[in-house]
Amino acid sequence: MQTILYIFPELFLSLSIMIILMVGVFIKKSFKLVNLLTITTLIFTTALVLNQNNETVKIFNDSYIIDSFSILMKTITLLFCILVLFSSKEYVKINNIDKIEYPIIILTSVLGMILMISSYDLIVFYLGLELQSLSLYILASFKRENEKSTEAGLKYFVLSALATGLLLYGSSLIYGFTGSTNFEIISQNLDANNIGAVFGIVFIIIGLAFKVSAVPFHMWTPDVYEGAPTSVTSFFAIVPKIAAIAVFIRFMYVPFLNVIEQWQTIIIFISIASMILGATAAIGQKNIKRLMAYSSIGHMGYALAGLAPGTNDGIQSTIIYLIIYLVMNLGAFGCIFMMKRENIFCENINDLSGMSKNHPILALSFLIILFSLAGIPPLAGFFAKFYIFMAVIKSEMYILAILGLLTTVISAFYYLRIIKIIYFDKPKKPFELNYDWGLKISLILSSVFLLIYFIYPSILVNLISSIKII
Amino acid sequence: MNFPILSAIIFIPLIGAIFVLLTRGNLKNTEKNSKYVAIFSTLVNFFLSVYLWYLFDTTTSDFQFIEEREWINGFINFQLGIDGISILFILLTTFIAPICVFSGISSIKFKIKEFLIAILLMETLMLGVFCSLDLVIFYLFFEGGLIPMFLIIGIWGGPNRVYSAFKFFLFTLLGSVLMLIAIISIYWITGTTDVIKLLDLRIPQEYQYLLWLAFFSSFAVKMPMWPVHTWLPDAHVEAPTPGSVILAAILLKMAGYGFIRFSLGLFPVASDYFTYLIFTLSVIAIIYTSLVALMQDDMKKLIAYSSVAHMGFVTIGIFSLTKQGLEGSIIQMISHGFISAALFLCVGVLYDRFQSRMISSYGGLVHVMPKYALIFMIFSLAALGLPGTSGFVGEFLILVGVFQVSIIVAVLASLGIILAAAYMLWLYRRVVFGRVTNSDLKNMKDLNKTELYIFSSLVILVIFFGFYPDPLFKTVDISVNNLIENYQINLNYHLVQKGN
Repeated sequence: MQTILYIFPELFLSLSIMIILMVGVFIKKSFKLVNLLTITTLIFTTALVLNQNNETVKIFNDSYIIDSFSILMKTITLLFCILVLFSSKEYVKINNIDKIEYPIIILTSVLGMILMISSYDLIVFYLGLELQSLSLYILASFKRENEKSTEAGLKYFVLSALATGLLLYGSSLIYGFTGSTNFEIISQNLDANNIGAVFGIVFIIIGLAFKVSAVPFHMWTPDVYEGAPTSVTSFFAIVPKIAAIAVFIRFMYVPFLNVIEQWQTIIIFISIASMILGATAAIGQKNIKRLMAYSSIGHMGYALAGLAPGTNDGIQSTIIYLIIYLVMNLGAFGCIFMMKRENIFCENINDLSGMSKNHPILALSFLIILFSLAGIPPLAGFFAKFYIFMAVIKSEMYILAILGLLTTVISAFYYLRIIKIIYFDKPKKPFELNYDWGLKISLILSSVFLLIYFIYPSILVNLISSIKII
Repeated sequence: MNFPILSAIIFIPLIGAIFVLLTRGNLKNTEKNSKYVAIFSTLVNFFLSVYLWYLFDTTTSDFQFIEEREWINGFINFQLGIDGISILFILLTTFIAPICVFSGISSIKFKIKEFLIAILLMETLMLGVFCSLDLVIFYLFFEGGLIPMFLIIGIWGGPNRVYSAFKFFLFTLLGSVLMLIAIISIYWITGTTDVIKLLDLRIPQEYQYLLWLAFFSSFAVKMPMWPVHTWLPDAHVEAPTPGSVILAAILLKMAGYGFIRFSLGLFPVASDYFTYLIFTLSVIAIIYTSLVALMQDDMKKLIAYSSVAHMGFVTIGIFSLTKQGLEGSIIQMISHGFISAALFLCVGVLYDRFQSRMISSYGGLVHVMPKYALIFMIFSLAALGLPGTSGFVGEFLILVGVFQVSIIVAVLASLGIILAAAYMLWLYRRVVFGRVTNSDLKNMKDLNKTELYIFSSLVILVIFFGFYPDPLFKTVDISVNNLIENYQINLNYHLVQKGN
């Protein structure tokens, strides 16, 4: 009975999902109510998660772990989910995707993510992953009358199924060669001579790299980002990344840490490839959602660079990078949600032309977000990169550091291009500004955070200093 | 605790910028109010920095007015402090900033409020560079300046502004990211980024060469040294007048300051090793860019190339590592700050009235604008280093300094002075003397009151420091002595180590 209490947030969330589903089914035209209930549920779940002790507890035969790391990652997931739901409210309404299934599916995917974050066993991890992925397939094709959206959903489904298959194959290899699905026992039985298990690690890394959309498993990202409705894209760019990075960290540093020499090069390669592709492929993009897709590929490259050294500094820098990345993307998508003319949301970058004249404040916050994405000091994006390279250079991986910083210069080009369009080009017709307060709040929060982060950068360092995985 | 005067100087423009941002009301009112706020905050800052100079103790080579705050836990402290070298640059910055504001008010036609915000932000960031005593803080301010400058060139610049803004941004960023790697490496090698501690610590010799090159890549782009100077003419030509003034008068000096403070202070062995690399690049810069300047038909481009040549003198002086050379470079940087600012303002005056920067559009201005002709003459002569102007003091000392190290370099560098005379006088002759060829020029108005005030303040300084540079020397003297002494001690220490 005691153990049940530890998973109270998860239980609460799953029960609420069922209740909300009943409410949605039995009350007609209940989108507003369902949406409200969803947000309340998320808020309550956050409170319940925060209420948990910071002590490390393993329950259910050591297959489920609750520690400071999982609590932090769950909190971030829930908070950003709330913010994304807030900021996309108007978009959902205008684009006729305000069906009751929409918030409920988001809730189930969040449940899956939370399970993933806390999993300490291959089976539990797989269950969480599947729950999350299945929900995401549906979300990607949510606008089912739209060709692009269905295409995005299908593409995502096929590719993701393949990646999940590989991941499952890797898991079975690991189980076969180490004799257990539990992370701790795997870690005890793993060594570099265990070739079969090392093979399994490679397959698992492929599966995880697919989830964080790192090169060379990134193919789905631009199409899905472009095809899916923007509200879903912003969800994709933000929320699942947290769980994916969390699981990445957990896998690399709990079961696989003993064989770090075996996977370190793979991570370095994935990271460098993502940074280079993210920087170069985005240059020619005209669609802002596609551009954000490549930008997120590049950013995931930097985040993964923090995992390469195999140190606690590295993990902490990755978490800080992730948090700042989330804030930047929240803001960027907030700006994209603002691009609306005659009830149609613009996606072409050239539609931003001369925005500074018509909407100076919106343009200013977009400016802050873009410079921060480019990593220019003194904005928060610089600190994110700074911590990563601190960790990387500490482990004397100079090539990774130099390539990483050179790609920031290349990627600065396309962020500057957007700024050029906003600030230097001739104005077009103004947007119909969206005065939805949820959107406004998330936009203001993110741009102010990015702007004033430099005053007290210790804040994130303090927040994560207690986290020790190794 | 004492009054944090350095923080005040750094952040007053920022506060001013916030006030400008908050001005509301109709367009006319906001413009008027933001102008007042900008003028007020830059002037207050100038007087505060003069007061700082008054408080400054010239009898010690230690850093003064040190402020320290915890910034990133147990890792990096926010540390400010100045010595005799930095205070001159602070004065230069706070002096140039109000000039930029005045010139912006008269020459910028749209989005004046945003422009003033950018200038004020720029001032904060530049002052931060000269005050910071921590490498990371230094980098933060050094790089942060890219954002407002990019916007100044891109929004208020000339027809080809987008290209220039991008070139400026990407060139500088590329140089600087290598410096970031070096800064982080220094942290892991020595365990600190605190400049005061680092100056006493000795960074192991084997690391110095690469670290020096990384810092060099950043400063060389910013300085700018040949062959990475190409962004400068573009940026200058397209930037609005106040933007050019900031660029030439202060931004370039950040690199010179960086060379003195970090390259010499932290990596003496590498500085010694690479001296002739610097000399070669600088001599090429002096001769080559002077020749290029001769052939320009755009006035701003001509002055931009002359800046590159003058900065060549500065780098030679710095790396001659003699007392005369170093002090000469510092004086040269300060005086170039005044002179180049004034020259760009001179071009700006013409551009405001006639919308052309081409030399061929003008001629015989002395008949139409006599006051302007006089002012322009003074600064042209100062730029070519006429005795009695501050330009002479710096160049002369640099040559004296470098003569002790290498006669060939001194001879080649002095060629630059002759070439400078050639291009400046030729420019002056073509623009000011001769007949009024273009009949539209006849209606040109001479300098108005504001312009006259701005120019006369610059004239006074240029001539005053030309005849009596003693206040400057007094301020820098002990710091420079200390710098050279430390450098020699460090160098000997490493040589002994190597011998063992």
